[in-house]
Amino acid sequence: MSPRPYSDPYVAGTGLGLVLLASFVLAGRGLGASGAFTTVASKVINAPSLHQSEWLLIEIGGVVIGGFLSALLAGRLQWKVERPSRMSFAFAGGAVMGLGAVLARGCTSGLALTGGALLSVGGWVFMIAAFAGAYMLAPLLRRSWQ
Amino acid sequence: MTALLIGIAFGFALESAGLGDSRKLAGQFYFTDLTVFKVMFTAIVTAMLGVFWLARLGVVDLASISVPETYLVPQLLGGLIFGAGFVAAGLCPGTSCVSAASGRADGLAVVLGLFTGVLLSGAAGLGGLALYNATPRGSETLPQLLHVPYGVVVFAVVAMALTMFKLAERIRTAS
Repeated sequence: MSPRPYSDPYVAGTGLGLVLLASFVLAGRGLGASGAFTTVASKVINAPSLHQSEWLLIEIGGVVIGGFLSALLAGRLQWKVERPSRMSFAFAGGAVMGLGAVLARGCTSGLALTGGALLSVGGWVFMIAAFAGAYMLAPLLRRSWQ
Repeated sequence: MTALLIGIAFGFALESAGLGDSRKLAGQFYFTDLTVFKVMFTAIVTAMLGVFWLARLGVVDLASISVPETYLVPQLLGGLIFGAGFVAAGLCPGTSCVSAASGRADGLAVVLGLFTGVLLSGAAGLGGLALYNATPRGSETLPQLLHVPYGVVVFAVVAMALTMFKLAERIRTAS
């Protein structure tokens, strides 16, 4: 089966927005991702800066299942390894994001998406800063993407 | 159970939009693929309008939804650092989980890198630094900061998003 094309971004975005809205109404809170990482890390070491949330841990388990199901149903499930240099950038970029997320107390999900929709000052500050940081470094990393 | 179902729907939405593919996300920062921006702002506008109108109609109480805490300087600095990592990795924490779940090894590398970064930040005592707790503003919102009605900010965000969608479509046709 050949992989099906991705959904239209505005359709997928509306779906994502409705998921976020459902979370607001049903759980009284928004989505998150980095908080699941800090929760696991806080089980390994005791550090006051690491936010703990069982809710986020369960939610991220759902994200993995949902991502898997979507890829499976669309015929996009496939073990794909990038070249070593790209894998190094992926790992290093992840580590840098981890630092940024701990310092900011959230990531693209918990601050930009959730905070953005709830008009949180910190959510918008983080979102603008994250885009700015990415655009500033992008020219230097262009070759890593070729 | 709610957390699991919401997570599944979240992961499904991200993968179906193509946000498990790091090259697609990286395209945002080279203006070759603006999917990240389109998906993100459509979602923000949808949820923001939903909450606004449901609160207006008395279906939900805005006070019952927890607003992320604001710490201005840590979030400005943390955001810049996060963005730098984002363009190197091509994935953010949520999308890295989706990417790994769809069988992409670079997604798994980002997941492992994130965990390492979080663990090291915790071990280094980031939370003990004065910087970490600087400039706290509680659960402040833009309407409170700007002293304007909630609906005015909602309208401004919608207008800004629509303008930027229009620009984004122009970039696509130009390339």
